[in-house]
Amino acid sequence: MTTTTDHTIPDAAPIVLEKTVVKSWKTPITLSIVALLSIVLFIVFRRGGDTTFTFAGGRIAPSLPQLVVPTTLTCVILTTLLAAMAALSWWLLARFAKVPLWYSSVFAFIFVVAFLTWAAGDNSRPLPITSLLLGAVSLSVPYIFGALGGVISERSGVVNIAIEGQLLAGAFLAAVVASMTGSVWLGLVAAVVAGVLVSFILAAFAIKYYVDQVIVGVVINVLVLGLTNFFYSQVLAKDASFLNDPPLLPSLPIPGLSAIPVIGPVLFDQSIIVYLMYIAVAAVYIGLFHTRWGLRLRSVGEHPQAADTVGINVTGTRFWNVSLAGAIVGLGGAYFTLGSVGSFSEDMTGGQGYIALAAVIFGRWDPIRATLAALLFGFASNLQYTLAAVGSPVPSEFLLMLPYVVTILAVAGFVGYVRGPAASGKPYIKS
Amino acid sequence: MSDDSGAQASAAETGTEAAGSADVALETGSQVPPDDPNDNRWNDALRQILGGSFVISILAVVLALIVGAILIAVTDPGVQQAAGYFFSRPGDTFQAIWNVVSGAYSSLFQGAIYNFGRPTFSAGIRPFTDTLTYATPLIVAGLGVGLGFRTGLFNIGGQGQMLIAAAFCGWIGWSFDLPPVLHLIVAIVAGFVGGAIWAGIAGVLKARTGAHEVIVTIMLNWIAFYLISYLLRTPGALQEHGTNNPKSPAILPNAILPPLFGPQYQLHWGFVISIAATIVVWWLLERSSLGFKFRAVGENPNAARVAGISVKSVIIWALVISGGLVGLAAVDQVLGTTTGGFSSGIDAGIGFDAITVALLGRSRPIGIFVAGVLFGAFKAGGFLMQAANNIPIDIVLVVQSLIVLFIAAPPLVRAIFRLPTPGSKPRTKTPAPTATAEEATAK
Repeated sequence: MTTTTDHTIPDAAPIVLEKTVVKSWKTPITLSIVALLSIVLFIVFRRGGDTTFTFAGGRIAPSLPQLVVPTTLTCVILTTLLAAMAALSWWLLARFAKVPLWYSSVFAFIFVVAFLTWAAGDNSRPLPITSLLLGAVSLSVPYIFGALGGVISERSGVVNIAIEGQLLAGAFLAAVVASMTGSVWLGLVAAVVAGVLVSFILAAFAIKYYVDQVIVGVVINVLVLGLTNFFYSQVLAKDASFLNDPPLLPSLPIPGLSAIPVIGPVLFDQSIIVYLMYIAVAAVYIGLFHTRWGLRLRSVGEHPQAADTVGINVTGTRFWNVSLAGAIVGLGGAYFTLGSVGSFSEDMTGGQGYIALAAVIFGRWDPIRATLAALLFGFASNLQYTLAAVGSPVPSEFLLMLPYVVTILAVAGFVGYVRGPAASGKPYIKS
Repeated sequence: MSDDSGAQASAAETGTEAAGSADVALETGSQVPPDDPNDNRWNDALRQILGGSFVISILAVVLALIVGAILIAVTDPGVQQAAGYFFSRPGDTFQAIWNVVSGAYSSLFQGAIYNFGRPTFSAGIRPFTDTLTYATPLIVAGLGVGLGFRTGLFNIGGQGQMLIAAAFCGWIGWSFDLPPVLHLIVAIVAGFVGGAIWAGIAGVLKARTGAHEVIVTIMLNWIAFYLISYLLRTPGALQEHGTNNPKSPAILPNAILPPLFGPQYQLHWGFVISIAATIVVWWLLERSSLGFKFRAVGENPNAARVAGISVKSVIIWALVISGGLVGLAAVDQVLGTTTGGFSSGIDAGIGFDAITVALLGRSRPIGIFVAGVLFGAFKAGGFLMQAANNIPIDIVLVVQSLIVLFIAAPPLVRAIFRLPTPGSKPRTKTPAPTATAEEATAK
């Protein structure tokens, strides 16, 4: 009706849509709090002397020059910069109604540099940047696999609290199978199988029996913890050399790329599982947003009734995608036993699945953002080890706390009212 | 789903909750279609009982114990050895399975209920008092988590709330010298407040910024763990004077929960607090206006908002009370069980066990009490089973989680035992209502 009238009167006044501008004051508030914190920490409790950064590392070991900066001066400059950026964010919000994400990211980066300068100041030992980043990537691997699995599962409408259980099951079965057969590759396959099996439980209870998904997830985590602990002390511990002594994945440096200083050893001199991770991140991103599979998966998670109406099998789609998520997370579990430690121990995932879950929400159910969030958590976890080696004044507990505080700030501040997939957590009952 | 939740809300309003009524947390409610007057009433009643939630709960426990028995049998070296020559002498295998499983479960029983090896009743009943001692913190923490479930909140932060509460009540317990009863009361209140504050952070963040309480409480667990670890190793904070161990000082005698049945039993007055808490929470949820608001928000926050309930303040209060109750579990630990000072492992996994307790008790105070006692029995018996039969106590975790899984999915248990669906009619007589009833139960 309205369109026809528009056509008949072409010179009518154009329809002006009212735009509601929602200004979120959270970002400037958070930035200001962080800026204030930096003033207190870096200027009031300032440290003298020099801070030394080293960049050497990796098998090529290029003799890079050390970077020596005066601690106090650098901290003052960086803190001033932070304060200015925080102030500018208020203006940005008032002017453009939005503080862009890159702005917050740059702010966070400067804060991290300032913090490192401060923490490694006072002429303490040099801060090895390469090993800091290398450790961060290594700690992030399970988080990233877990987060990818979480994204797929939740996008298809099933909340995946069972990431922890999938990681633990993957770590356990990978260790046992690799140790019994002596083949790391069979270990990787076993990890995938373990993750899928845990997913089957989740899918069966959540999709077939309509049990609350959060509850199934939590209970599965307890179940897997109990099972692996039981088998570990009852079976594995009695014959550890046969059952719990898996070979480690070899490191495969990529020719050329691994010779790049800093980045080379950190990203391109890793085991196969890390390269699989790169592929998985890209594949999940492209798959979710640029293929028919992804469209169906997202439609089932956002509006199952609509998906069902156009002929998509909601139950089947959810079931197989939850299984796929389990396969990916299980692979991440293998990293614990085949990638880093070399044997299974009780509760070796230690709640990392929950951090992966936090990364999913922090990353707003987007594979790339979730991966970045996971990297951030890995970095924050590793900071503690590096700074303890350097001899920093901050108690290690507070550094260990950091990723969790950051998550809370992120969930409450930067991310705010996050909107997950609309039908996530709700069983679909065909009527 | 919508008409189902509508039925739940109306049931909540009238305050009448039938045995098989829909559950908030578990979504396993069943709708009973109108009775056909021509049918045999006794037959109906039998079907109701067989398919009802009580029988399901019992069968879930049985199923979980069977799975536990299979795990014990499969991993036992004696059984494995006998199974090696199974086809020549199959009897040996069954004999070995019977030996190990019956040995394990009789230890579980003797460690949890009554030890027949002791001469007197007072010594024989000691395991049961141990069960109640283990059940004490599980009940209060389970009540806290269950109260959250009823409000639609998932308080997964029991560990952190317990640690903070332990620090609060412990600090009162060892640094002040107060008169006997007053000291105890102040310390208990401090524990409640400590847990309430820590959960209140999650509540305020959820209400004000929309931060998901699952994420925030998980993160607060870790923050509390590292905070308490730091304070416990820092002289002048929570660390005991004159030691280097990360451990707190011992509680002063005035602040210790006294033993309930004399010094030969571990059971302390915390159990009475748990009973009182069960009654108070029941009254709060089922009879008070605040509890009605909790349940209304739990059923449907949008409807509650339309009805004029401040959802934000309900969320904050629910988490505050939930955290306070979980804090009482820490009080039981610090002032009742480990009075010689605590370390950062004082929570002993109770915060997580409480989730399963609340689920098993279907978020009803009485149910949580029973579930707490059951899990306490598993814990007490599990220790004896580990010591006497060399079976890792982790099997208890497996059995517990399986119980919750089975209870959460009544159709699965019914399918395994071929039980009728409550409210359904025998298939041969009227096929049409059966289908609808099954569907309704599935909801």
